[in-house]
Amino acid sequence: MGKTITEKIFSEKLKRDVRAGEIVVSPIDLAFVQDGTGPLSIEELEKLNMVRVFDSGKVILFIDHASPSPRRELSNMHIKLREFSKKTGCILSDVGYGVCHEVVVEEYASPGDVIIGADSHTCTAGALGAFATGMGSTDVALGMALGKQWFRVPETLRFVVQGTLPPGVYSKDLILHIIGMIGADGATYKAMEFEGEAIEKLSMEARFTLTNMAVEAGAKTGLIATDEKTREYLKSMGREEKYREIKPDADAEYEKTYTIDASSLEPVVAFPHTVDNVKSIKEAEGIEIDQVYIGTCTNGRLEDLRIAAQILRGREVRTRLIVVPASRKVYLDALKEGLIEIFVRAGGAVISPGCGPCVGIHQGVLGDKERVLSTQNRNFKGRMGNPEGEIFLASPATAAATALEGKITDPRRYL
Amino acid sequence: MRIKGRVWKFGDNISTDHITPGRYFHLRSNIQELARHVMEDADPEFPRKVKPGDIIAAGKNFGLGSSREYAPRVIKISGVSCILAKSFARIFYRNAINIGLPVITCDTDRIDEGDEVEIDVEKGIVRNLTKGEEIPASPIPPFMLRILEDGGIEEHIKKYGDFRLEE
Ligand code: SF4
Repeated sequence: MGKTITEKIFSEKLKRDVRAGEIVVSPIDLAFVQDGTGPLSIEELEKLNMVRVFDSGKVILFIDHASPSPRRELSNMHIKLREFSKKTGCILSDVGYGVCHEVVVEEYASPGDVIIGADSHTCTAGALGAFATGMGSTDVALGMALGKQWFRVPETLRFVVQGTLPPGVYSKDLILHIIGMIGADGATYKAMEFEGEAIEKLSMEARFTLTNMAVEAGAKTGLIATDEKTREYLKSMGREEKYREIKPDADAEYEKTYTIDASSLEPVVAFPHTVDNVKSIKEAEGIEIDQVYIGTCTNGRLEDLRIAAQILRGREVRTRLIVVPASRKVYLDALKEGLIEIFVRAGGAVISPGCGPCVGIHQGVLGDKERVLSTQNRNFKGRMGNPEGEIFLASPATAAATALEGKITDPRRYL
Repeated sequence: MRIKGRVWKFGDNISTDHITPGRYFHLRSNIQELARHVMEDADPEFPRKVKPGDIIAAGKNFGLGSSREYAPRVIKISGVSCILAKSFARIFYRNAINIGLPVITCDTDRIDEGDEVEIDVEKGIVRNLTKGEEIPASPIPPFMLRILEDGGIEEHIKKYGDFRLEE
């Protein structure tokens, strides 16, 4: 019997046949924390007298969640991270450099890697053929010090996506559709593998949107086999030598296979307060919106900004519009292409790379009874800083069209 | 491990944002203070009502969302001795075991707020003392049960210096 991508990666790491269901201790290739989870990791290492890292080039501390810091308590937490980096020599990604998951795929994650991060969307890197999963502060702290962690090798759900996404429908719509279909716990403890013609046609950037949201279905990670697009992407990041083929065997054993016809899909919107509360754009159209947010580790990449800018070019928004490039690289590329000017002229507020308002700390906290349409990955009650606010999730195109009309709008009208 | 306590009932999909909202992000530097807002967005009264030894019984997918280990930590600090749920989100489940907070997967439909329940963690049995019923629970995987019995992953590592999968 053949192996899934997950089984292949762990078999390679452990140099023996590893199957779903086993508990293994595996070496890791990368461990990272962010400013919301890292200080606790450091406290744990201090308690265990293990203030060290297994490899200073493979441990990263990101300051992205509250960045730049809006409060003194958080500034002090940032100091703790900077001091740990100085002490151990590990990498520090400081204010303005970008959201952890975006920087990880641009600069660090490679096919075949095992990656742990103290942030649930660590699964983003799975689109590069890496096994990447989120864990808590203590688990990642131990990985940072020991260079290994224990894993239960997950069973895999396979999603075969045939056909082509129609114009105006994006990978964000596809993943929201999938989560709506299987539910917010439809993949709990499992890995999700995405394949098929529609996936092959997606850019790497669009693929990251899919794997980023695997955790919103409860999955441990989301994975995509590597191909020429993966190679091209790594090349564009100056890391072509990291490319290698990672594919499931043709006779791999899956717990379940779902087949989806991409050409039948439409733009969709996730309604408050769960990600699986997904409805078609027809049901959503007309709902008045106060703020639109384009950014985050889900949809803050160059391609996303291009899609939004194309709709916003030469027009003026009717909502508040916040745009946050996911990384400094994305920011610089967007500047070069003139996208930032389009956003600013349209009436948007462009904020420096980071998580922005996504997690409700700063930079766009909702007022009571306000509604936001965001390109982020989750819409839980209180997520954007106010339990009295409502969060709708959609693609960058739907977000841009909505900003122009002041109410949820089908982006296909602007194509 | 035997646990007995009074139940607070919650529904499905209680996220880490309900348990420890992002607007208190800055209080992560002072976890005792953070714990004073435990479960606030699921039940604003909960932080004042909860008593040491109490038990949470919830629906499916408890703890979905972010990887924040503060979520099980503030629940533990509030005095809750155990969480029962129909299912747990995986990062939350692992974090809870890591900090030594028992999490038990069982059918919670017949458990109501205020019921007195008793849990035998090793045997995987939940007894609803108020209703005189016994509810089977899914066992905690053996390695995770060891971590829990050691008092959490920190104690486990102190004891063995490493992850000890085998007996
Ligand atoms: S952008 Fe949002 S979802 Fe992504 S890492 Fe930051 S806070 Fe988490």
